[in-house]
Amino acid sequence: MNPFSSGTRLRDMIRAIRACKTAAEERAVVRKECAAIRAAINENDQDYRHRNLAKLMFIHMLGYPTHFGQMECLKLIASPGFPEKRIGYLGLMLLLDERQEVLMLVTNSLKQDLNHTNQYIVGLALCALGNICSAEMARDLAPEVERLLQFRDPNIRKKAALCSIRIIKKVPDLAENFINPATALLREKHHGVLITGVQLCTDLCKISTEALEHIRKKCTDGLVRTLKDLANSPYSPEYDIAGITDPFLHIRLLKLLRVLGEGDADASDTMNDILAQVATKTESNKVAGNAILYECVQTIMSIEDNGGLRVLAINILGRFLSNRDNNIRYVALNMLMKAVSADAQAVQRHRATILECVKDSDASIRKRALELVYVLVNETNVKPLAKELIDYLEVSDLDFRGDLTAKICSIVAKFSPEKIWYIDQMLKVLTEAGNFVKDEVWYALIVVISNASELHGYTVRALYRAFQVSAEQESLVRVTVWCIGEYGDMLVNNVGMLDIEDPITVTESDAVDVVEIAIKRHASDLTTKAMALVALLKLSSRFPSCSERIREIIVQFKGSFVLELQQRAIEFNSIIAKHQNIRSTLVERMPVLDEATFIGRRAGSLPGAASTPTIPSVSLPNGVAKPVAPLVDLLDLNSDDAPAPSSSGGGDLLQDLLGVDLPPASQQSGAGQASKTGNDVLLDLLSIGSPSAPSSSSAVDILSSNSSNKVPVSPLDDLSSLSLSTGTTSNAAPMMDLLDGLAPSPPTENNGPVYPSITAFESSSLRLTFNFSKQPGNPQTTVIEATFINLSSNTYTDFVFQAAVPKFLQLHLDPASSNTLPTAGNGSITQNLKITNSQHGKKSLVMRIRIAYKINGKDTLEEGQVNNFPRDL
Amino acid sequence: MHKLQCWIDKMGIRFVLMVNKQGQTRLAQYYEYLTLEERRTLEGEIVRKCLARNEHKCSFVEHRNYKIVYRRYASLFFLVGVDDGENELAILEFIHLLVETMDRHFGNVCELDIMFHLEKVHFMLEEMVVNGCIVETSKANILTPVQLLDKAS
Repeated sequence: MNPFSSGTRLRDMIRAIRACKTAAEERAVVRKECAAIRAAINENDQDYRHRNLAKLMFIHMLGYPTHFGQMECLKLIASPGFPEKRIGYLGLMLLLDERQEVLMLVTNSLKQDLNHTNQYIVGLALCALGNICSAEMARDLAPEVERLLQFRDPNIRKKAALCSIRIIKKVPDLAENFINPATALLREKHHGVLITGVQLCTDLCKISTEALEHIRKKCTDGLVRTLKDLANSPYSPEYDIAGITDPFLHIRLLKLLRVLGEGDADASDTMNDILAQVATKTESNKVAGNAILYECVQTIMSIEDNGGLRVLAINILGRFLSNRDNNIRYVALNMLMKAVSADAQAVQRHRATILECVKDSDASIRKRALELVYVLVNETNVKPLAKELIDYLEVSDLDFRGDLTAKICSIVAKFSPEKIWYIDQMLKVLTEAGNFVKDEVWYALIVVISNASELHGYTVRALYRAFQVSAEQESLVRVTVWCIGEYGDMLVNNVGMLDIEDPITVTESDAVDVVEIAIKRHASDLTTKAMALVALLKLSSRFPSCSERIREIIVQFKGSFVLELQQRAIEFNSIIAKHQNIRSTLVERMPVLDEATFIGRRAGSLPGAASTPTIPSVSLPNGVAKPVAPLVDLLDLNSDDAPAPSSSGGGDLLQDLLGVDLPPASQQSGAGQASKTGNDVLLDLLSIGSPSAPSSSSAVDILSSNSSNKVPVSPLDDLSSLSLSTGTTSNAAPMMDLLDGLAPSPPTENNGPVYPSITAFESSSLRLTFNFSKQPGNPQTTVIEATFINLSSNTYTDFVFQAAVPKFLQLHLDPASSNTLPTAGNGSITQNLKITNSQHGKKSLVMRIRIAYKINGKDTLEEGQVNNFPRDL
Repeated sequence: MHKLQCWIDKMGIRFVLMVNKQGQTRLAQYYEYLTLEERRTLEGEIVRKCLARNEHKCSFVEHRNYKIVYRRYASLFFLVGVDDGENELAILEFIHLLVETMDRHFGNVCELDIMFHLEKVHFMLEEMVVNGCIVETSKANILTPVQLLDKAS
């Protein structure tokens, strides 16, 4: 009985599904069918098992779960009849995969069927094994497959060959067993055996160099002869496609020859003639012929150089490229891509045609062509190519613009002959497609602008003009706002006019207009608004006449729902209103951003701490975004009307410092490729630290209330050392400490449950040591006895110790033994801390500390971070 | 070793799909494991992409890490996902061979033939492709085991 012809119910089900008008109806039908099948499975129904499985395959194809039918496949495979086995194996291949344990159960059935007397059943088992074989099955069944490679029936041999490919891919160690039987297949006449044998040899060559050497030595001549016979073979109806005998076999042979010829002059030499023949004699008016030519060109390009052949191949490429058929053009572009490494000059000749393809209406062709143009660009042709591409940007499809923009930016950055050209091109891109420009691209632009001091005026004026026409391009707005903030005075005073520029009259108020538009535009995101806020602060100092207007704009953001903006607005407002004396130094122009550091950081090769210590003021803005938090906090302490959210508790402070809990949307610093937690204030505040600005020390003093006890190397070092325990960490690592505060701390001794004491903090005036103990049975909790020792000759009064930890830790502070710390040798203060580490064993302890006290009635504050805790606390 | 693994995993044909103009899958054969969810999304994305193209455009679409070679016969789209190194034109020819083979068996094959004889189309495909590689290109050799099964019943 045929399960399919008499099984009307399969037909019924398909009809019912076809008749469904909505997805819901279809689901209902499928649910009903599945229920019936499950019931049949539960009753162990034998008669309809195959029919049920056929239904399940249909249901599976529609995308519904069918796992409950998997065991049915195994039962059908184990049954004796061919039709049952047939459908069982099909189900096995469709419904199962090698990841499932059910496969373990099928290995035995497969083994039996591989040894079956009926060759069709052997064929079924081979086919299934070839599709689903796992590494374990490969090991178990490899001997059977190896034997079947020599089976009398060619239909079995061909399947065994493909099965072998799967086996050697799963277990490459088995490859050597297959070398000899595989090469034997190459001498066969049967096309199926030949094509699979060639395939097997190709894969063997890729897996094992031993196989490659063997096949290259023993089989190259034979393969060349086979290809010659095939190319010259008379018409054979069974394999003929468009006048060519078995193009698939042609292609497989050419692929194998490619593998054999690559890197071996002798083998390449052997195949020269036949490749020349295929390249010249193959008909190129049908798909089949072109497929062979396509493969042949690839082989010629890959094997060892033979001048004549290469010319032949390049000519074929040229013909393909000018073909009217889009399929042929597509593969031509594909081939040219591969030919670039072999013969870049020849490919360059087709540049004009390729550039036309970038503008094709077909997205697939455009994409290929763009990638090709990208590899063809060099120093000599970058200008015309970039111009073509940028001109095209204007009219390109929206969904292609992202790719195109990225490639243009990359080309321009890589090959720009001079800075002004780079800036010009980037401005064009920002104007046309600023919304598609990636963050690191405009960061890079800012770094370049910052370095091109003679172009500052030119750039800011060009941006001002561009902004007037393309204010909707986000990244253009950002760069414009940044530049106006930095170089606004040059815009207004026409500083550094170049000959090529048209004169332009911009008033101070016009410049502020731009920033105001940017900050008030609804589409502007947080980064843009924050950058605009910083620019406004800078302009308030550059343009005293607009100062009041700027303050009004800033004040409007005091009510912003975005915490970041609100906080900055309040701070900036207070700087403008109350700190006139330091404002100009506070908002000085950014120091030149270091290009090498930026590039290094982009490549991810430079850790923060390594960023050129010789020019710390330059490297810091690039390197560290985090120190901004302590600075801001300190500002809070100094400005009375600030709500100072971060001074309310030590926990907040630490979060600020470590970025533990910052919202993902927090903005990026203008140069701040470093991290998302950076914020723009950083740029300004850090510019204080420029060694070229000696007046900045006053600002530093205000910011760092206890800098007196340090020996600052440079003002900036001093700033960053605020957040550091100078005594415990090497000077080179300030950024590292801040950034890596949560990473496992440097190795410290660990003698079982007894933990060594550490010096948690030491300055010229104070030393803090920690002693550790654990409560038995509670490994997560550590009791720390903190001891404070006064190193100076003054008594400290109103002594307060605060500590903060990241969220995965819980901290409990006991009262201190005293709030007065006598001078050295006259006693100490002790205080107990209890820390519970919820990530015990995974993360080490880390702590931010702040110590406040009075010396002769004068407030002193010391801060630091403790990250030399013993591990495993 | 890692590099080796990369190209060992390359295997030629990664899936064969038949989809009608309404985007309904009529046959799906994958040669690598994808979960049900992955298959559904992949099919949806590919079909949308291919249906949006007109007949003047080329038959190749790049999608994720696949290259899709497709060909349309009446209302039915044949989509074959391949690796980057595969000969696209040959796959185009392979699709035609598959259609001719079905034509020879069913006689003027149409979408309904494939729907109602899903398992037979699978048998044919199985004779033509194993583990993503082409096994047999002779229609007679492909059809012999299928017809044998018909006779047996």
